[in-house]
Amino acid sequence: MTDAGFAMREPIDSDVDLHVPAERAELRPTPFPVLAAISAGGVLGALGRYGIGVALPHPPGGFPWSTFLVNISGCLLIGILMVLITEVWTARLLRPFLGVGVLGGYTTFSTYVLDIHQTMTNGAPTTALLYAAATLIGALLAAWTGITVTARLVIR
Amino acid sequence: MTALLVALGAAIGAPLRYLTDRFIQSHHDSVFPWGTLTVNVTGSFILGLLLGLPATTQVTALLGPGFCGALTTYSTFSYETIRLAQEGFRFYATANITASLIAALGSATLGLMLAQALTT
Repeated sequence: MTDAGFAMREPIDSDVDLHVPAERAELRPTPFPVLAAISAGGVLGALGRYGIGVALPHPPGGFPWSTFLVNISGCLLIGILMVLITEVWTARLLRPFLGVGVLGGYTTFSTYVLDIHQTMTNGAPTTALLYAAATLIGALLAAWTGITVTARLVIR
Repeated sequence: MTALLVALGAAIGAPLRYLTDRFIQSHHDSVFPWGTLTVNVTGSFILGLLLGLPATTQVTALLGPGFCGALTTYSTFSYETIRLAQEGFRFYATANITASLIAALGSATLGLMLAQALTT
């Protein structure tokens, strides 16, 4: 029994967790299907993030809404997805394509960090701190909600 | 054109995150997510450097929202932190948050400073 209140088989690392035998072996006999699935998913995820960024621009020193929304929604979806692909859908390329590729390519840590830095240097330290904290807390809450709600629905 | 360059950068950045994570895990058998921390810190450094240098719009799209955006990840970071806490590794979960934030902010600043040093 874990802190989740029920036994969970979900891995710790959603990108790849070598403690899971199937993930350890997934590049054999050839790595190309997995790498191609990640690459294709990454392109879709990054284009989605880029599109939201173009649709929701923020002025220098303003709250970076687009990256905030992208990271929060991506964290909710990874929680839902990881429980579903561990418990329900077991197709081999789903985690590489949707988890590592689409959601990994959609969410971003580098833009988050540079957003904080640039909002700070543009004379809006309160907005920078608010953005830093709101993303962190929101993302963790979203991932927790995604995992917990989906697990309660599908694990019995 | 810009979207195409973002796509190209992401096509390389996303599998590189996976391969880096695998490589690090195969050398350090630890429950602490060193692999994700590494890509997030490295990607933040590269983005800092890039934004500090006088790069063209095309290079910025390819390497910024494309490569660095896909190399780094918030979803894996949050998911791992929650799973660590759920499995009882509360210290690792807290350490992951603290280390990721401090190291990524530090490396981004270092990248910007290096860019400034190179251009002045």
